[in-house]
Amino acid sequence: MDATSETGLILYRRMQLIRQTELTLARAHQRGLVHGACHTYVGQEAIAAGVCHHLRREDVVFSTHRGHGHALAKGMEPGELIAELFGKETGCSGGRGGSMHLFKPEIGMMGTSGIVGPCILQACGGGYSFKLLDSANVAVAFFGDGAVNNGAFHEGLNMAAIWKLPVLFVCENNQFATEVPFDYSSGNPNVAQRAEQFGICGIEVDGNNVHEVEQAAGRALEQARQGGGPTLIECKTYRTRAHAEGMADFTYRTREAVDQWKKRCPIEQLGQALIEAGQAEPEDLNSHRG
Amino acid sequence: MPDPPEPGDRETTFVGATLEALAFEMKRNPAIFVMGEGIGQRGGNFGTTLGLYEEHGATRLCDTPICERGFVGLGCGAAMTGSRPVIDFMFIDFINDAFGEIVNQVAKMQYMSSGRLKMPILLRGCIGVGHSAATHHSGNYASIYSHIPGIRVVLPSTPYDAKGLFHHALRCDDPVLFLEHRELMATRSCVPETDYEIPFGQARVAREGTDATVVALSLMVHHTLAAAEKLAGEGQSIEVIDPRTVSPLDFDTILGSVAKTGRLLVVDEAFGPCGFASEIAARVADEGFDELDAPVRRLNGAHAPVPYSPTLEQAVVPGADTIEAAIRALLEE
Repeated sequence: MDATSETGLILYRRMQLIRQTELTLARAHQRGLVHGACHTYVGQEAIAAGVCHHLRREDVVFSTHRGHGHALAKGMEPGELIAELFGKETGCSGGRGGSMHLFKPEIGMMGTSGIVGPCILQACGGGYSFKLLDSANVAVAFFGDGAVNNGAFHEGLNMAAIWKLPVLFVCENNQFATEVPFDYSSGNPNVAQRAEQFGICGIEVDGNNVHEVEQAAGRALEQARQGGGPTLIECKTYRTRAHAEGMADFTYRTREAVDQWKKRCPIEQLGQALIEAGQAEPEDLNSHRG
Repeated sequence: MPDPPEPGDRETTFVGATLEALAFEMKRNPAIFVMGEGIGQRGGNFGTTLGLYEEHGATRLCDTPICERGFVGLGCGAAMTGSRPVIDFMFIDFINDAFGEIVNQVAKMQYMSSGRLKMPILLRGCIGVGHSAATHHSGNYASIYSHIPGIRVVLPSTPYDAKGLFHHALRCDDPVLFLEHRELMATRSCVPETDYEIPFGQARVAREGTDATVVALSLMVHHTLAAAEKLAGEGQSIEVIDPRTVSPLDFDTILGSVAKTGRLLVVDEAFGPCGFASEIAARVADEGFDELDAPVRRLNGAHAPVPYSPTLEQAVVPGADTIEAAIRALLEE
């Protein structure tokens, strides 16, 4: 198997792991086994998988309330995630956190957060540590479009720029802050373009195309490791389940819009591409469903 | 931890004492860095980092843009990843722009990570009414932050205590809020040149007495000692307790003193409602009711924004005169 198809299969498997875990959690939520909130990552899997593909164990990830995918992509076992949402001692946070407080610092999963914005600043802090301690590690902040009109975004990107911190800012623009449309809440709806205001590089990618994400992240992370400073990547995407399990979904967006985006499923797109390129057989993909 | 040494006969200022501790710790621990506005080449508005930039450079003495929320959040992430930030707010009033980062992130991180992450971050700033600093540069906020689990809150009243507590703060794995009163910064006392630690949660009996106990913080310790000295001339014996840290609080020392004197006054420059003095009064009522010969009294700053004019300033905070009057009233109960 050549390197390209191997990468494709790794990414495929990683995305399926996230998708299947999320669907398991969604079913568990319906059965009352998840006690609190459950924000699934369904539809956005390409972003966590593509970015984390280039991370080492020592690199650190700071995440947001929709963070199951980041935890899994960084190497957390699905069982630890599920146990956490079930409120068990065997969960990654010992049952103290639930969906929005996933910690596994041993693998660089530095926490998801119930507050929008702080992960951006904490990633700057990770970058600052690595600069101070002369390490080649990098820090990654994953956040949604809801975070980019918050002061933390402005302050964090500016600090990362002036001190050239080894940080990657990944905006998962799924177009809604809970239910508030991004084009309503943004004077400038182009997130990637905002990087220019801080003197750093901003890139827009199709967040449902895992290769696009993976390649942009690879370049940005290499630049950060070399002392070239931070990058902002805006990944255009869409969550195809409700904001949180059990919430109404069609008061602020239409069933048709959701269906359109389901057709752009990042996992199916990659599967198709792998088959068309002769890099995988359908049965290979089935065996990667986990 | 060894007992702190005798003060000796070398005098230095309050700021000089903390600077000595910071310089010592920065030399021995390369993971320490300082962030704040004007703490680099300028050496800090109050001289808190004087001379350190020349020794350690711009990464370890990092001047910041004016974005308190930003650099506190950064400090939180830095503390999670192996370094030990010192955030120098200059005036502590500026800390409130970072309230959410401190309360929701810094204070909760150790618990939420089941103790796998430490949070060695020192947050320091100047507190207190004086110098006509007016309402945005005269705050205190010790009670607000003491309300939050997960933060140590330290208010030294002497250069000797300031140095020992500062050393301890820089060797402790918890977030520490270190509050330095503006009117104390230039005060002098005898301080050993060697490094030493004073643990948190250990009050200092600043003056022994038998007729009444007064608990006071920071600058108020000095005003209370002046009042106690005056009353001593009239044969009244006042015990003065300086808790030094509000969180954790050495309640045993306070309760032990109340058992001896039967009377308690708590003096705090900050606002009264839901505050430090209320907390001590409530706990003494809970745990020491039978020891009391009189109701617990509280003397606080006015529950109002701090004014500018020196005359108005004096009217809103306790001074030696008002403390003396409050002690007299307590003794007459």
